Amino acid sequence: MLPLELHELSFTVGNAAIIRGISARIEAGPRTVILGPNGAGKSVLMRLCHGLLKPSSGRIVWQGAKNGDERKHQAMVFQRPVMLRRSALANVMYGLKLAGKSRSQSELRAMDVLEVVGLAQHAERAARVLSGGEQQRLALARAWALGPDVLFLDEPTANLDPASTQDIENIINAIHASGTKIIMTTHNLGQARRLGDEILFISNGRLMEHTPIDRFFKQPVSTEAASFIKGEIPWQ
Amino acid sequence: MAIMMRRALLVLALSGLLQAPMAAAQQFITVASTTSTEQSGLFKHLLPVFEKKTGTQVRVVALGTGQALDMGRRGDADVVFVHDKVAEQKFVADGFGVQRFEVMYNDFVLVGPKADPAKIAGGKNITDAYRKIAAAAAPFASRGDKSGTHAAELRLWKSAGIDPQTGKGSWYRETGSGMGPTLNTASAMNAYSFTDRGTWLSFRNRGDLVIVVEGDEQLFNQYGVMLVNPAKHPHVKKDLGQAFVDWVISAEGQKVIADYKIGADQLFFPNAGR
Amino acid sequence: MNSLVEAFGAAWRLIAGFDDELAQVVGLSLQVSLTAVVIATLIGLPIGAMIAVERFRGRQTLIVLLNALMGLPPVVVGLVVYLLLSRAGPLGSLGILFTPTAMVIAQTVLITPIIAALSRQIIEDAWREYDEQLRSLGAQRLNAAMTLIWDTRFSLLTIVLAGFGRAAAEVGAVMIVGGNIAGVTRVMTTTIALETSKGDLPLALGLGIVLITLVIVLNALAAVIREMALRRYG
Repeated sequence: MLPLELHELSFTVGNAAIIRGISARIEAGPRTVILGPNGAGKSVLMRLCHGLLKPSSGRIVWQGAKNGDERKHQAMVFQRPVMLRRSALANVMYGLKLAGKSRSQSELRAMDVLEVVGLAQHAERAARVLSGGEQQRLALARAWALGPDVLFLDEPTANLDPASTQDIENIINAIHASGTKIIMTTHNLGQARRLGDEILFISNGRLMEHTPIDRFFKQPVSTEAASFIKGEIPWQ
Repeated sequence: MAIMMRRALLVLALSGLLQAPMAAAQQFITVASTTSTEQSGLFKHLLPVFEKKTGTQVRVVALGTGQALDMGRRGDADVVFVHDKVAEQKFVADGFGVQRFEVMYNDFVLVGPKADPAKIAGGKNITDAYRKIAAAAAPFASRGDKSGTHAAELRLWKSAGIDPQTGKGSWYRETGSGMGPTLNTASAMNAYSFTDRGTWLSFRNRGDLVIVVEGDEQLFNQYGVMLVNPAKHPHVKKDLGQAFVDWVISAEGQKVIADYKIGADQLFFPNAGR
Repeated sequence: MNSLVEAFGAAWRLIAGFDDELAQVVGLSLQVSLTAVVIATLIGLPIGAMIAVERFRGRQTLIVLLNALMGLPPVVVGLVVYLLLSRAGPLGSLGILFTPTAMVIAQTVLITPIIAALSRQIIEDAWREYDEQLRSLGAQRLNAAMTLIWDTRFSLLTIVLAGFGRAAAEVGAVMIVGGNIAGVTRVMTTTIALETSKGDLPLALGLGIVLITLVIVLNALAAVIREMALRRYG
């Protein structure tokens, strides 16, 4: 699948330019964090990459994909994941069955990932009655179960308490360790520091910086990044 | 989508199966008749005797005479059993009916409020009563639905020399509905109304209404029965239908009709073959 | 006032002395209207779901048309079905006029637009919420539509009940295509119409009370199911 190349990517809604001519090359391996203030266009950029939105201009190229199979090798976890009105287990099996897995295969795989995210004991409970943190873990399990090469995560810990955030970050690291490429957005510097290997810093629809994590925090090139780092409350 | 459609068809078939035993277990004929025969209770009394004797179920669709004849014309009935001699003769002449047989007669009565604003109670002359109603401009509820009863009512207005349409909007009210609903209307607004005796006797919501004129020979109402012509509509069950017609005008059928009473009143007077 | 009291008395006597004739009338009402609502759901739901998730030319027109068809007068439906099924009509050879099957057809025609239009609304609202998530999981339109139907099933149940209520309560269509034949096509509403025209208003109203009670019981049952399900599935 990887590397992922963005060529002069733009996205406009009416007269409003949300993404303005972003070009980048995202390699396999390092955890990529798309960072930027609220409204910078992070979520839209991610949706463009995942194929949920069509770019107004420019191209998205998965260099390692064979003809048109790129959809099968990526998954996404949303800021507010939609839980289907069925059990936790059935939620995980849903994507697997759509991917053409048999029922028994799906169930085995689904139980495995539920085990890893610590929800095995809730497998038969209705997804919608789980807590916010549990739902987000279930969403991760549902995406991970598909065995994607690339996993997109859109602000995966927004609205969660610190303990749940910790759980989610551990799971993200486990998924990374299993060899899946992580691409996530956050507006939280602390999370970027904890989870990121490289940073794509977006401001006002433009890509301002694409640098390894250490360099980003020590020597930000753009004034926007510098002020964003300064403006954030340090212990967050 | 395709699966859904297939399921829909399956259910249709199933529901058909469910109903099949009800529909097919017994041979039956469909009779287009009038509300007066149905609502007076005559059919409830008459049909079980025939059904028991022959095993043929008689399914009655009760409408106004005009609609009943139309049902026969369309081929939706096997037998027509109505009361509008002129229309029936035309029905047969046009080739829709095989042959018309007279079955029985009942009589019409004029009902009206006890207060009797037109001062006609106890009279024996219907045309006379009509003239007085028109002169007093007393409320009169007409069916106005082109039924046999409506046709009879209009004939009597004509022989009274009055065009009730001139009273339309004031005292002459057309309900455009069956006998029962028209009587409900008359009862609610204390109007005079023209009805067959059978419907009147079985009618419960009389309010202040009573019979004001009865017994005039002009009020006799002849019923006829006829098989729908199989030459026009080949699916007509001509043997079963003709068997019903023959039985109704037979001595046995005629006696069953004569036996039907509400309280002490005989409602229908058999006169087949006379 | 007096006649209302009488009506409740009549209703009570009807229920207390539940005889064969009444049982048959009530049974046929249920059989016809339930069959109609099942068929209307099997036709209307996929149509509603399809319009909800697909974008095509004339979609808006179709929605307006469906919404308008919700107000179809039963008498008009009855008349059209009558003319189709009449021996002189195009489907006359089937010979199903004045049978329960004809009544099922008329009621199906009457309530399919209701189920299609209302389910379209519910599924489209859900689609807005689910759209990205389902596409991300790899669902095609057909899969998505099925998923949405399943996930909104408790709301859809209310629609199905509304359809049933409309079917069971209408008199114009079944009167015309059924003919109100005693023991064959006589249902609750046509019996009510008949008793009204015989001037037996208490009995007519009593039957009406029985009918409404029946519909209330069914709705209460559905409400309980829905409540339990919501607690279970969220």
